[in-house]
Amino acid sequence: MPEIRFWQGNTAVAMGAIAAGCRFFGGYPITPSSEIAEIMAVELPKVGGKFIQMEDEIGSIAAVIGASIAGYKAMTATSGPGFSLKQENIGFAYMTEVPIVVVNVMRGGPSTGLPTKVSQQDVMQARWGTHGDHETIALAPASVQECYELTIDAFNLSERFRQPVILLSDEVVGHMREKVVIPEGESIPIVNRKKPKVKPEDYIPYKPDPEDDIPPMASFGDGYRWHVTGLTHNEWGFPTNDPDVTESKIWRLVRKVDRFKGEIVKCDTYETQDADMIVVAYGSVSRTALSAVREARSKGLKVGFFRPITLWPFPVDELKVLLDGVKAVLVPELNCGQMVLEVQRAVEGRAKVFGKGLVNGDLFRPSEIFEFIKEVA
Amino acid sequence: MPSPEVLGWLRQRFFPHIWCPGCGHGIIMHALLRALVDLEKKKEKTVIASGIGCSSRMPGYIDACTMHTTHGRSLAFATGVKLANPELTVIDVMGDGDCTAIGGNHFIHACRRNIDITAVIMNNNIYGMTGGQASPTTPVGAYATTAPYGVLDVPFDICKLAVGAGASYVARATIAHPLLVEKYIKTAISKKGFAVVEVMTHCHTQFGRKNKRPRPIDNINFFKDNSIMYNKAATMPPEQLEGKIVIGEFANVELPEYVEQYLNLIERVGGNS
Repeated sequence: MPEIRFWQGNTAVAMGAIAAGCRFFGGYPITPSSEIAEIMAVELPKVGGKFIQMEDEIGSIAAVIGASIAGYKAMTATSGPGFSLKQENIGFAYMTEVPIVVVNVMRGGPSTGLPTKVSQQDVMQARWGTHGDHETIALAPASVQECYELTIDAFNLSERFRQPVILLSDEVVGHMREKVVIPEGESIPIVNRKKPKVKPEDYIPYKPDPEDDIPPMASFGDGYRWHVTGLTHNEWGFPTNDPDVTESKIWRLVRKVDRFKGEIVKCDTYETQDADMIVVAYGSVSRTALSAVREARSKGLKVGFFRPITLWPFPVDELKVLLDGVKAVLVPELNCGQMVLEVQRAVEGRAKVFGKGLVNGDLFRPSEIFEFIKEVA
Repeated sequence: MPSPEVLGWLRQRFFPHIWCPGCGHGIIMHALLRALVDLEKKKEKTVIASGIGCSSRMPGYIDACTMHTTHGRSLAFATGVKLANPELTVIDVMGDGDCTAIGGNHFIHACRRNIDITAVIMNNNIYGMTGGQASPTTPVGAYATTAPYGVLDVPFDICKLAVGAGASYVARATIAHPLLVEKYIKTAISKKGFAVVEVMTHCHTQFGRKNKRPRPIDNINFFKDNSIMYNKAATMPPEQLEGKIVIGEFANVELPEYVEQYLNLIERVGGNS
């Protein structure tokens, strides 16, 4: 029988991580994500896992990457300022292809901003926050149930694609309490990183499997010796300036995610079949938006709803197929207009795209999004 | 010549190394490898971590589980490795800028936490790789590309910093005393707890040229002429120690070790069952 819980979003993230097999957490206190660290501190040792409070945000992600190299599924959680501090090491994990999960419970920015209030101002930082090229996988939960499920997905994706996966929660989703249905253990899909099948002396640590462009990953301590470096490296993991080797490494980092976009991307739709307008919303705003769309439908307006669950890669094709007969796409979000740019890119001029931003630390009221719909209609 | 056992720890196919001819880092790497051979460490169970800088290129040349991380952060990476897999021997090799400037916070906290990691700090008083900028251990008055009129800020005494922050083993030697370096590294690796070995070395290319020690031998002579053993230094007045290098063991104490304590905690809350 599935278990029922009444949890806060941050609790669901922590418990989802443990269900996914996470056994290492490195953290640093920051509002509004601290509950995740606190719960991991309680729960991890009970399952033989390790929790460590590091001296700063940078140290916490560094420890998490170290633990993953030693074979653990590992996670850190933070919010805006801490997410900024972690960016360099997030890039290290992209370059060295180390699976980790980074949770960012978004709060108002820039800078210290609004520590206790919601925002969605970090969606572009999640995509481009670290320097250098890479593909990003970022998931945005809109409910406590999704906090649980998408954290499991985040681990599975990071293990499969050998790279960081960002869980972009927000202050409202992180702190609200809802019913969560916990699936039975064996029904939870668990993905583990591919291990080398060759003998240690034959192991070439960054030689990709042609099947999926992803090299099998040994762990420190399991008999294989290999070198990890953030410098651009060859298949042996050794630094190189060779233009061909460099070109091939960086393109592979992008390609290994890009070619499986169809399997990664998730979205949710409502009443889009006959719609002449579509509201695109994600995270906590999607709840308000859906309520406004229902209200508009009840008033006879032909409005549909589209919710990207993976913000990155953005569900471009999944949105495009809904655009026949659509005249306008509306993007309410808690920033000054970030994902609206990606929506414009996806829509390619086939409909007018309207953004509506809010950065006062509150959520939109359903009536505000309903008014937005009426204005555009 | 290195012994065949020491050569067996090198990834010779990745030579030539990046260090300048006459650099002191090779002397330290040799001492470290002799220590590992003597302690009969297994390459598969030995992790060598580093950050960024000339000295931090060392792990690439060592045939073990090696990790060249981000600038200043290697101790935090190493902390994750050690806590995840306590059976590994974890050694972190750092330069003075890496360890005490950008990585200063991780350094003092690794000392405080007393986690079973050995930190080998190669102190050449300068940022060598980036072109001779002043570091937190460049002496007052010395010249650097970012201190063209002489350094104003007072340098760290890395050993005193480590003792103050709670490391359980702290020692200093110089590359003019390679056997002492080997001995201290061996003691440090055997120590259950956070162990610091600071090795004074030189960058004749970047520091020496500007500070009247342009040849490698000038620096080795400088270390020979100016090193004073810890016990003798303890009897000397401070004015006589001006400009001297105190070498020896600064701390060797038994303190609760972090990973062991965490494993006890897991047992206490029933995590092993």
